Amino acid sequence: MLIKKNNELSENEVTDFSVYQNRRKFMKTAAGLGIAAVSGLPIIEASAKTISPYSTDEKLTDYKDITTYCNFYEFGTGKEDPAKNAHTLVTSPWDVVIEGECENPGKYNLEDLLKPVSVEERIYRFRCVEGWSMVIPWMGFPLADLIKRMQPTSKAKYVYFETLHDPKQMPGQKRAVLDWPYVEGLRMDEAMNPLTLMGTGIYGKDLLNQNGAPLRLVVPWKYGFKSIKSIAKIRFSETQPVNSWQKANKNEYGFFSNVNPDVSHPRWSQRKERRIGQFRKIKTQPFNGYGEQVASLYTGMDLKKNF
Amino acid sequence: MKISEYKFSRILKPSLFVLLLLPAIYYGWGVWQDALGANPLEAVIRGLGDWGLRILLLTLAISPLRRLLNWAQLLRLRRMIGLYAYFYVVLHLLGYLWFDQFFDWEEIWFDILERPFITVGMVAVILLTPLAVTSTKGMIKRLGKKWKKLHMLIYPISMLGVLHFWWMVKLDITEPVIYAAILTILFGERLFNKYFK
Repeated sequence: MLIKKNNELSENEVTDFSVYQNRRKFMKTAAGLGIAAVSGLPIIEASAKTISPYSTDEKLTDYKDITTYCNFYEFGTGKEDPAKNAHTLVTSPWDVVIEGECENPGKYNLEDLLKPVSVEERIYRFRCVEGWSMVIPWMGFPLADLIKRMQPTSKAKYVYFETLHDPKQMPGQKRAVLDWPYVEGLRMDEAMNPLTLMGTGIYGKDLLNQNGAPLRLVVPWKYGFKSIKSIAKIRFSETQPVNSWQKANKNEYGFFSNVNPDVSHPRWSQRKERRIGQFRKIKTQPFNGYGEQVASLYTGMDLKKNF
Repeated sequence: MKISEYKFSRILKPSLFVLLLLPAIYYGWGVWQDALGANPLEAVIRGLGDWGLRILLLTLAISPLRRLLNWAQLLRLRRMIGLYAYFYVVLHLLGYLWFDQFFDWEEIWFDILERPFITVGMVAVILLTPLAVTSTKGMIKRLGKKWKKLHMLIYPISMLGVLHFWWMVKLDITEPVIYAAILTILFGERLFNKYFK
């Protein structure tokens, strides 16, 4: 177990998995009504504190769906391939190389990297560019925490991320569908935004390999492919990185890739989305509903051009 | 090659009829049992499209197979196979209109205009419709020579079908390339047969 710290029990170890979701609902209601304060139940008080103000209270997507319907081309291009093939990935020990424009570059063991951070739960909407979406209870910590520790220099304008490149562990990399390794990037202010998360788990459990174990990015206002998985390298750079999908097809995928119902894609209208587990489609919101937190990052920018 | 009339019309043809119905039964069962994964509606729409295209290619394989095996009876299976292709293509279209768009005609119109893979898919299903309608014995008789000409439409339709799939795929074009290769072989056999034999 990589993310365990201070011998704390994660929620799934003390709670039956099936009541997890129900209890969350109760906790929210209880917190709202002030019941927790008078109920005297310590577990409720303790857990209620962990509800992040950034979390949504929408219905969670089933754990099974989150872990079996994935885009992770390193393990095959079919949605169900990663769940079948990702067992070959070895996530412990795991090193993350940090380089570029910062004071503390180096090769960090993941455990050391995670020691000083406190992992919290964030329930985010997750919108794929293909027109489907989920609501995922991530475990993780703000990317900003990690960035601050690395002390980027004034030259650091962007953060570049790279997935592990090892065709033995990631058999999908034997086929050149994408230019391996998978790379992504964020502008520094995007990376520092409190919504931006380094994900380490889902539903109180460690990330499964097919979901990007042991460390992945979670940027909830951007299309899912920005949330790069199984990160092995982080680089602070002065120039804007060219992310993998932009490299593959720059007319269809941009650097910013903010969720935007007004910018349609040659294959998918982005006006609506299918929430996995629901029959009807729902309307897609600008910035995936996180405009209040992030729209100001893009003032003055033409988001139709900078898609 | 030839099999007895009894075997052909009592065994081969009915078996093929059931066989070609199996994909539809599978998707019906899959929806009912929730056995189609996290995104069942997409699985149904895609699966019906796959089978429409596969059976369309099977229709086109009948003539070459007949020549290869010297098996004239095969031609008598072609109408049923062709109608099955239309059956799956129509279900595929219906699946899209219903489960993908929920009959939001404005969105559907945008899709046809803005998304090339939908444009060619729509053209293909529109062109396929008169072929299905004129597949009866009476129509064949009535149209005479024109019938053959009309049914030549199957060639551009099948190309549009493969193109529809190709343009729909996000990145990994392995599958549409396989369909295109099969189509090329089926067309190539015809050209060879016409000009070099």
